[in-house]
This record gives sequence, C-alpha cells and structure tokens, in this order.
Amino acid sequence: MTRGSKTGWIVLGATLAGFPLLGGDFYINLASQIFIAAILAASLNLLVGYGGLVSLGHAAWVGLAAYSSAWLYLRLGLGHWITAPLALALTTLIAGVFGWIALRATGLGFLMITLALSQVLWGTAYRWAAVTEGDKGLSGLTRPAPFGISLDGPAAFYYFSLAVTFVALWMMARFVASPFGAALRGSRDEPRRMSALGHNVWRVRWITFVYSGFWGAVAGLLFVYYHKYIHPTTLSLTNSAEALLGVIAGGAGTIAGPIVGATIVLILKNYVSAYLERWNMLLGLVFVLIVIFMPDGVVPGVRRGWERWTKR
Amino acid sequence: MPTEALTLSGIDVLYADSHVLHGVSLTLRAGRVLALLGRNGAGKTTCMHAIVGFLPPRGGEIRLFGEAISRLSPEAISHKGVGFVPQGRRVFASLTVRENLLVAEQSQGATRAWTLDRVLELFPSLQERQLQHAGSLSGGEQQMLAIGRALMGNPRVLLMDEPSEGLAPLIVAEVGRTIARLKEAGQSILLVEQNVRLAFDLADDVVLLNTGRVAFAGTVDQVRDDQAMITQHLGVF
Repeated sequence: MTRGSKTGWIVLGATLAGFPLLGGDFYINLASQIFIAAILAASLNLLVGYGGLVSLGHAAWVGLAAYSSAWLYLRLGLGHWITAPLALALTTLIAGVFGWIALRATGLGFLMITLALSQVLWGTAYRWAAVTEGDKGLSGLTRPAPFGISLDGPAAFYYFSLAVTFVALWMMARFVASPFGAALRGSRDEPRRMSALGHNVWRVRWITFVYSGFWGAVAGLLFVYYHKYIHPTTLSLTNSAEALLGVIAGGAGTIAGPIVGATIVLILKNYVSAYLERWNMLLGLVFVLIVIFMPDGVVPGVRRGWERWTKR
Repeated sequence: MPTEALTLSGIDVLYADSHVLHGVSLTLRAGRVLALLGRNGAGKTTCMHAIVGFLPPRGGEIRLFGEAISRLSPEAISHKGVGFVPQGRRVFASLTVRENLLVAEQSQGATRAWTLDRVLELFPSLQERQLQHAGSLSGGEQQMLAIGRALMGNPRVLLMDEPSEGLAPLIVAEVGRTIARLKEAGQSILLVEQNVRLAFDLADDVVLLNTGRVAFAGTVDQVRDDQAMITQHLGVF
C-alpha cells in the first residue's frame, strides 16, 4: 500500500467514524441507508460486473429476507438472533432455486427471467395477505439489540450498519480476488475457453448467484431493521432498477463503483427529492451525463482522469 | 498404457448442416508430436474443437489413452487430460498473468509436474509481469501465457492451434524452442500450424487434411521431400 492510499484510508476511516458526531439525525440516517444500498449494489455487482450477468430482480432478496425475518418475529414471536439466520438461510436457499432456473439463459434471457421471478415474489407479497398483510405491509417490528446494545438511535444503527457493510464489502472483495473470482471473471470474458480449462461455467455462475443473493439478503435484514416495516414495494422492479443503476453509474466490475453509485442514487432519492418533486428526472439526467462522459461509470472514469492528470 | 495417446476414428463433424470433417482418423502416439496440416478451411481447427468438446462429433469416436471422450463436456475432457492452446491466444485479458495461470491449475491424478513456479521458470518474461493484466502483454508474451496456461492443467495431451500465428520471426523461434523442450520432456502434442517449416522441424508424424478429409498420414520424413504432395495439399513451401 502506498503512502498516499494509506493516508486516504485513514482519512476515510476517521470521517466515517466521526460522522455521527458532526452530522444531524437526518444525515446519519441517510448514511445508514447508503450503507444498506451499497451492500445491495455490491452484491448485484458480483453478477453484473464480475459475472457479466445483468439481473433485474435483485430487490427480491431484500424483500424476501425482510419479509421472512418480519414474519418469523411477528407471527412466531422468535427473537432476532434466530430470525436473522433463518431469513438468511431461506433467502439463500431460494436464491439457489432461482439461480438454477435463471441460469438456463444468459444475456437478455437471464435478465428477463430474473425480472419475472422477482415479479412473482412481488405479486405474492401483494396478494398473499394472510402472510404479508398485502398492501398494508408488516409493521410493529423492532431493531435487534446485539450484546444488549440498543440500535434504536440513529448513531447506534449507523455504526452497526457501517460494521456490517465493512464486513460485507471485505468478504465480497475477497471473493472476487480469489481464484474462484478469477474463474468468474474468466467465465464472463471467455466462457467456452474457461470450460476447456476444466471449469464448469454454469456452476461458477450459480455459486456466484447464490452468494450474491446471500449478501442481498443481508441488505434486506438491515433494511427491515432500519425501517421497522416492510411493504411489497420493496420487491418492486423500481428497487431492482435503482440497484442496477447504482452499479452501472458507479462502475460495474469495481469494488468502489457500486458504493459510489448507490450513494449517488440515495442522495438524489432522499435529499434532492425533498426539494424537487420530480427527482426521478434528475436521476435520469445524472445517469445520462455519467454514461456520456464516463461510459464505464464514475469510479473508472475518475481513475482514468486522475491518471491522465498526474501523467501531465 | 497404450502407446496411442489420442485417436480419432472416422469422426464426422458438422456446423449446423455444413459437413466439415468427413470420417477423419488420426493417431497421436504418446510422447510424440503430430502435425495436423492443411490449407485454410481444411478443417484443422474444427478437428481441435471436436477433440476439446466444443463441437462433439456426429459420428466416429475420439479416445484419450484408450478411453472414449467424444461424448464428454469440455470441462470433463479437460479433467481427463486434454490441454488446449487456442488459435489467437485468447488469454483472459482482464485477469492478471498470475490469475490466468492459476485459474487453469489442475492436477491429473497423482502427477503434479507443472506448477506455477515451473511454468514461470519456463517463461521468464512472464515472471516479472505476474501482476500485469494479460491484455497488456505483447503478442509473443500472450502466446507464452496461453501455452503456460494449458500446461498448468498438467495435460496428458496438449493441443496447439497455430501457436506461431501473427508472431515476429524471433518469437516464432522461441515458441518453437518451447515446443521442442516440451517434446523432450515427453509431452504428447497435436500441433496445428500454418508455418510448415516449423511444423516439420518439430513434428514426428504428419496428417494432411484437405477439405475435411485425411489426404495423407505418415511420418515427417515421408512428406518433407515430396514437393508434389506439399504443393497439392498445402500449396506453399
């Protein structure tokens, strides 16, 4: 690690650690939401950026984990310490089944299947009112209190979600840097060549799909803890599209890209929307500008610009 | 162990309705180099693709050390011990040199002859570029990487599809020396090559393909001085 990057990490760490001391509740909560969106976008990036598989149904994992955790808590009266692993396990299991179906195709076919499957879940959340309360959603939830520490305050939840985000991003970064990650990237670039090297490309993609679903579920748990409420719109196409937008805008196939992309989307959604009714138009405009000036996304674009600048 | 490392017995290969290989038979004996030669469109690369499982033959049989492999998937054929250096290198451009090699790592049974260290020893120019993206390597270095990648799978039979294509003469000579070293080490090699002189220098046996059919099969010595045959089937030299 160079001296410059070491300093950068220290500054980033200090900023993140000190942020709740400086920012008001609104900004602290916004930051927590950015962390959740960053985990979701980073998990989608495993498929889109590293696997070359564009999914338009990633919000399914957020909704599924959130609903199952909420239902287990409300209906069966189970504690968070048991609902969380059960929700993660159930969501990961369903990701395995969905992956088995969706990976019959690649490209546009894969995109459409993931969209269709997530829409099935979205429709189920709306219609299966006996379980999901339909359009009312599930309310009356609480946040967990790990080791007796309440997460009800904005700052406490901020630190909790920051810690989870750090672990999630670290695990995903390790995943893509591993030999398996190399096989995934190779499968994206030259699937046939990869199979001639002895790799089962379908299995590589399926494992990635399931792993990506797991981290999507983690984002879902944080989401339901944050809002203490879950509604079918969580599973909507809009939410999946926003996550995908974050990945593409930030820079698919990079670790930092989805974090930056998710930050852009969340700030526009939560901050600009307070001042601008048609914030979606602005989001669209920002996306168009990014595509025009930095087709690979913000992170690769800025990196390239910086390299050009320093080489002058 | 049978001396036939790889045998093709009357294989027919089709691209959709287009019949490309017509009852092609050839035998690569263990520890030898067999050159598969022919004009453009003769079916050499198709033959390679049939062996590695990209284009399963519609008829006939392919055997690796006596074991039928023609109905297996590409990854299963690779696990059986077929290594492939594709035409045009086709390295994974976004992966580093090291990742390109490690992603191909396989041990065939108990043998573990080729390791990362040994491959880097064979190709010293790759040693210092381990962390560089493969897409940024020169054509010659990419070819070395493609060969090294195939070796990391510890293949019992190595298929090389035009390894000298598009390379400068000095690099072609280096590729030739590498193949000669592999042959000395006992590696069975099926070599497809447009550079007939290089192929004759390296190979023990030759199969000439003409419009998807075997026109000649024999030793290099039998064909090297037969100008009429060379002109008829290769049109060069």
